[in-house]
Formats: sequence, structure tokens, C-alpha cells
Amino acid sequence: MNSEDVRLTPIKNGTALDHLPKGSALKILEILGLEAHDKAVTIAINTESRKLGKKDLVFIEGKALSTEEIEKIGLIAEGATLNYIENSIVKSKAGIELPEKAIGILKCLNPKCVTNYDEIPTKFSISRQPFKAKCHYCEKIIAGKEISEAVR
Amino acid sequence: MESMHPKEKSKILEHKIVASLFFEPSTRTKESFSTAIHNLGGKSIGFSGTSGTSIAKGESLHDTIKMFSGYADLIVMRNPIEGSARYASEISKAPIINGGDGANQHPTQTLLDLYTIKKAFGKIDSLNIGLVGDLKYGRTVHSLLYALANFENVNVYCISPEILKMPENIIEDVKGRVNIKETSELEEFLPELDILYATRIQKERFASEFEYERVKNVFILGKEILKNTKPDFKIMHPLPRVNEIKQELDSCKEALYFEQAKNGVPTREALLSILKEVKK
Repeated sequence: MNSEDVRLTPIKNGTALDHLPKGSALKILEILGLEAHDKAVTIAINTESRKLGKKDLVFIEGKALSTEEIEKIGLIAEGATLNYIENSIVKSKAGIELPEKAIGILKCLNPKCVTNYDEIPTKFSISRQPFKAKCHYCEKIIAGKEISEAVR
Repeated sequence: MESMHPKEKSKILEHKIVASLFFEPSTRTKESFSTAIHNLGGKSIGFSGTSGTSIAKGESLHDTIKMFSGYADLIVMRNPIEGSARYASEISKAPIINGGDGANQHPTQTLLDLYTIKKAFGKIDSLNIGLVGDLKYGRTVHSLLYALANFENVNVYCISPEILKMPENIIEDVKGRVNIKETSELEEFLPELDILYATRIQKERFASEFEYERVKNVFILGKEILKNTKPDFKIMHPLPRVNEIKQELDSCKEALYFEQAKNGVPTREALLSILKEVKK
């Protein structure tokens, strides 16, 4: 995180998501269910970034992310940076990658797909160029921006 | 192996039980499987339509499959929900044969289509095959295109109105393995074709009646199409037809569709014979 981010309230213990594509912060709040979080959540939208031009930020006090949550973020914000903060110090920093498979984290947008009828975890294979997700069951493809809409 | 009406009943499926679970209507697939099971000496259980079953009471696909996989050695299933057969195969102890899952796939139809083509032409490689009609919702042409991609130098002409085009994901999956040309004009490639595979416009899968009405009569094949075709040209259709092939074509040497339907029995006999040995 840069000095550009000083407007944000720092966190003592928790997660700071940096280099999020602009416009992705609100979706990340939604998929992480942070409206129910009982500690501070701070977001910034459209801040200046030397790397991206514009970026979003999400700081979450008192929360570490599960593998599933990181995979969800990877589908929306590949290349974002995940910082873990302990006692106000960055303890670890890692880039978030696009997952190769998405198990139980994407909804199939085909209303006739079996995953929308029986209680089955969805399974998708993910490819980057072009960015798309293929349903293991009905074989339909979700592509581009549809993918972030389908993250649940 | 071809036994349409064997004099001596085979014992290949003796003491085997095959469950036929037809959640939606079927004539050819269901009855050709029944005939195949009978010819191989097996016993068939199951249902056709869900009224009178626990499914009508709200039983899940999961529970229905779990239960029948405890009763039967093999399960043949047709279901309007896409991906249902793959899901069933993951929860069933008995092998699942997909008899059609919504607008997705119909692989046993493809096996009999390939058998019919091979019998008629002596080969599948290097043929020019036109797929005409409802390529969006027609599951038989989806499965057939995947299968044709495994042969050498096959040219496929996808002929449909814009709103009924072959799904992009399927075109993408077979890219580089089969030569595909897309058009909305039947006449454009007709002289080049060895086979024209016609499909019914799948009324039951349209979101609105209006959309269906716009395209329902878009391709109606009559004798006039035969004026400019190759000498060995053939017309195939998975049936049932509505009006897309006029009856005047039925007696022509080019009409292969009833032979095609008949081939459902030996093809499904072969499939059942192989799968009875499969242990899950």
C-alpha cells in the first residue's frame, strides 16, 4: 500500500485487499458477506494507482480470508494484492490468482442446468484467454463480466 | 452385430435389470431401448412420464437415482434438465446411459447416426455433412458435431436462422478438429453435401410462442432440393418430424431417416452389451 492510501483508516489485525480493479469493491463486499461483519470495513473506490491508473481498496478488520473466499476474489479481481496485517504490520503479501477450477462459488446462469434444480455444488473449469467458465454439468459457458455476476 | 428380430433370444442381459427412467416423452429412444433389452434377454423396469411416481410428489433427482441404482444393473435416463445425466452418473452405483438431457446432449442418437452413415457410405471420414434447422436447442446435432470432430477431414455446414445457431461453446470445443461453415441459406452449400441432417424446431424449448412462430417454417425440405445434389446424397433426421421434411421425400432413395430410426435397436444392443460389464 502506498502513501496515496492514507485517507483510509488503518487496520490493526485483518485483511487489506489492494490493486482491486476499479468498480470491484462493492461486489467484493457482497460476495464476502461483509454487510454482516461486526468490525470495521473500509473501502475506497476509484483511487489513484501508479500500477492500474485507478483502483479500489477493501480493508477488513478482524478477518482472514478462506481459500474459497480468495478464489471468489480471483474470479473478479485477478492480480489484486492480499495483505495480512497483524499488530498494524503487514505480515504477508501475495498476489491473487485466477483459479483453474471453481467449485461451489459460481452460479450456473443456464436456468435449465441441473445445478439450479438439485442441491449440488457447481463445478466450473476456468480459462483465461478468453476469460470464460464452463459448467461441468450442462457444459454452458459464462464469459467475461457475466462471471463476476455469477459469483456467489 | 445386428439383430433386429433374432430367432433365438440372446442371453447377454440374462438376469440383468435395466431401469428406463423417462422423465419426458420419448418414442424411438425409449422403445428401441426396450426392444434391445428384450432381444438381449434382460428385464426392464422404470417409468415414462413422472405422474404416478414419487417425483410428482417432489422427490429429487438425487433420491430417484440413488433408489433405482439399488434396483438395476444399468440405468437409461431421459430428463429435460441439462447436465442431469452427468450428475446422475456421479451418484449412481449403476452405469448411466444418457437418453437425452434437455437441449444439451443425446449421445446414443449419435451412435446410431454414425452407424447409419457408415452403413450408407462405408466411411465417415471426408464427408460433407449439412446440419439444418434448430441447431441451438437440437441436442442430437450437438452430440453429432462432437462425434464428427473425432474423424478425419469432415466438413460440417451449420445451416440455421441466426437465432437458432449452433452454440458458440460447442463450436469452440471442436475448433481445429472439424471444418465448420455457418450459413442461413440452405441452397448455398447443397451441391457439395453428402448428407443433409435435418432437425425439428424444438418448440418445447423456446422461451416464447412468438419466437417459435418466427422460425417454425424456415426450412421445409421437399423434392425440389434433389435437383442439384450429389448422386449418393442422403437425407437424415433423428425424428420425430413435424413439417420440416415433406412426405413426398419418404419414397426417394435419398431418404435415410427410417433406416436411421431402425438402426437404434442394434446400436443400443451393442451399447448395453458393453456396459453390462462395467463396474462402478
